[in-house]
Amino acid sequence: MSHFRPALVLLLLFTALTGLVYPLALTGVASVVFPRQAEGSLILRDGQPIGSALIGQNFADDRFFQPRPSATSAPDPQDPTKTIDAPYNAANSSGSNLGPTSKTLIDRVQAAAEAKRAAGWQGPLPADALTTSASGLDPDISQQNALAQVLRVARARGMDEARLRALVEAQTSGRWLWLIGEPHINVLKLNLALDALE
Amino acid sequence: MTLNGWLQIGLVLGLVLVAVRPLGLYMATVFEGRRSFASPVLGRIERGFYRLAGVAPDREQSWLAYTLAMLTFSALGFASLYAILRLQAYLPFNPQGFDGVPPDLAFNTAISFLTNTNWQAYGGETTMSHFSQMAGLAVHNFLSAATGIALALAVTRAFSRASAATLGNFWVDLTRATLYVLLPLAILVALAFIATGVPQTLTGAVDATTLEGAKQTIAMGPMASQEAIKQLGTNGGGFFNANAAHPFENPNAFSNILQIWSMLTVSAALLIMFGKMVGAERQGWALLGAVGVILIGGVAVVYIAETAGNPMLTALGLDPAQGNVEGKEVRFGQALTALYVAVTTGLSCGAVNAMHDSLTPLGGFVPMFLIQLGEVLPGGVGSGLYGLVVFAVLSVFIAGLMVGRTPEFLGKKIEAREIKLAMLAVLILPLAILGFSAVAAVLPSALSSLANQGPHGLSELLYAYTSAAGNNGSAFAGLSANTPWFNTTTGIAMVMGRFGYVIPVMAMAGSIAAKKRSAPGLGTFPTDGGLFVGLLVGVILIVGGLQFFPALALGPIVEHVLMLGGKTF
Repeated sequence: MSHFRPALVLLLLFTALTGLVYPLALTGVASVVFPRQAEGSLILRDGQPIGSALIGQNFADDRFFQPRPSATSAPDPQDPTKTIDAPYNAANSSGSNLGPTSKTLIDRVQAAAEAKRAAGWQGPLPADALTTSASGLDPDISQQNALAQVLRVARARGMDEARLRALVEAQTSGRWLWLIGEPHINVLKLNLALDALE
Repeated sequence: MTLNGWLQIGLVLGLVLVAVRPLGLYMATVFEGRRSFASPVLGRIERGFYRLAGVAPDREQSWLAYTLAMLTFSALGFASLYAILRLQAYLPFNPQGFDGVPPDLAFNTAISFLTNTNWQAYGGETTMSHFSQMAGLAVHNFLSAATGIALALAVTRAFSRASAATLGNFWVDLTRATLYVLLPLAILVALAFIATGVPQTLTGAVDATTLEGAKQTIAMGPMASQEAIKQLGTNGGGFFNANAAHPFENPNAFSNILQIWSMLTVSAALLIMFGKMVGAERQGWALLGAVGVILIGGVAVVYIAETAGNPMLTALGLDPAQGNVEGKEVRFGQALTALYVAVTTGLSCGAVNAMHDSLTPLGGFVPMFLIQLGEVLPGGVGSGLYGLVVFAVLSVFIAGLMVGRTPEFLGKKIEAREIKLAMLAVLILPLAILGFSAVAAVLPSALSSLANQGPHGLSELLYAYTSAAGNNGSAFAGLSANTPWFNTTTGIAMVMGRFGYVIPVMAMAGSIAAKKRSAPGLGTFPTDGGLFVGLLVGVILIVGGLQFFPALALGPIVEHVLMLGGKTF
């Protein structure tokens, strides 16, 4: 029993220190030093958030570049015990968790591949365009994926393909110092730049 | 695989290597009670804590008293965390108005964070209030890591002392580990995370109107503070369901590198601290060398398997250039995803930046196998060090059998009692992992939780109990683990893996501390050279790994062959 007092007192002290003082003080410091990042790197238009630069959002319209497929879901409004597909639900991140020999996975990718072929995609298909991300909120696509979409977007908007290809090149984030990171394109920023182009 | 990929992997490991020695020596200074640059400020807080808690810092404890203090602290921590989770609806900082956590899930989660496992049967953003995250879960991120460091210090002192009856004072080690090591590092790392884009706010969620005019609710919260200690303390319990694959927890390549660095550095530095404290820094580097060989081997297998990709998807017309990207994020790339996968499981961290369930069979085999080796590569904060000492003791014993001499480690004779206790500890993992997996594999209610069928389904079960017993916390997350069966049995497996392991190890430490130190003679087997490193690697792979081989053959290995043959389930 001699251990009881130190155990209880230290638990309380450390809960106060590491559970309240530490996160709240950091929140205070962050709001001054890094206010934009601390609040989730929101992108505002006319003062209203249209999304976060870090979080992918769903684009279904042909006039926009489209993100990767997303495996996120949401409670079914008809029956809360069930879930329905809700791509890019940023209140419930999730991957598909389908394994490499899952029939569901292979069938899903096959259907998506056939759809891309029907839409006129040529050659090897960019893998990120047919697979779901780990979080279901991946904000990025590969350059290969974006270039494959240029034809569709150009037709839908009546824009010149070469201009769109140049836009994709310009929006690609490369490796820092040619070493760190993976080249990628943020879909939301690309689509904002696309709207600005018109 | 690309040269750039290997360069990035090398860069991160290099950054760890640079930091290991200064941090290791600093920790040795702190835990030997000598003055450091932090003493003028932290010393006051430290002494204040002892006064309030009624701790006499100079009064040392036997192995049994030390262990009982740890168990009392853990029991109280469990009770308080369970209460916070159950009562979160009535507590502050609950902007989304979440209900209390149900009993079986609260039991599982409290055990999970207490044992430094951080298995998540819940989705953070849909279950936990900010109060539960900050004052409940993140507190135990600190305390379970500090408890691990304390236990490792007790085991270290078994070798640094001779003819000793005591192993230090648990309360002192716990307090110093938190105040001098974890908290200062967490503050620095958290600020760096915020700079890279990790949010730190008390806002619950933001409603955005997307470019297409739809409503997107974006969950927010105090993430950076939690992310920092989650990695440094090798906890791994994420703020979000998607853990460190979520773009808020891990926004870009820089945050990803910082995540890997911070989970690896403290555990690796503890090995150098061990060497320093036992008066043989080379011993620390020898342990680190053995760990490095296996860990880098693991990284290579994941990297090769994932870039080779899934031949069934290539056959459908997918460009194999990107490798297997189902369940991965574009911004990290295959190289740093592979490094993350191996490091998070070689350590007992369990944070994930890709969904392990969707890795290729061999890519998923590696994380499971690395956990089954006993979480010693270099393992959880503290727990990895004492696990590695157990393997070192077994290695000198096996070497002793081969040449017919009494084995010694760091001048301490290793005799029957120590070996029995070490084996007792080592056998707890197969008991918990294989025992529970075997039962679950024939239980219809457990099998109904599987997301994948065929051998991959067995892998999901095996991974769950491996992760729980190894106190890792990562998952083949397709498994619907939030059921009374899994919440209860993984909870028990976590307790076995933590306390069932460490109690015999502490008894072994007590027995070793009491021994005299013998001077090294001509016939002493040097334990800081290449021969020992090779032997240790062999013992970890054979004693730690071989017992799981039959189960692994039925899961990932057979799945690999079936994938090559184009079989689906």
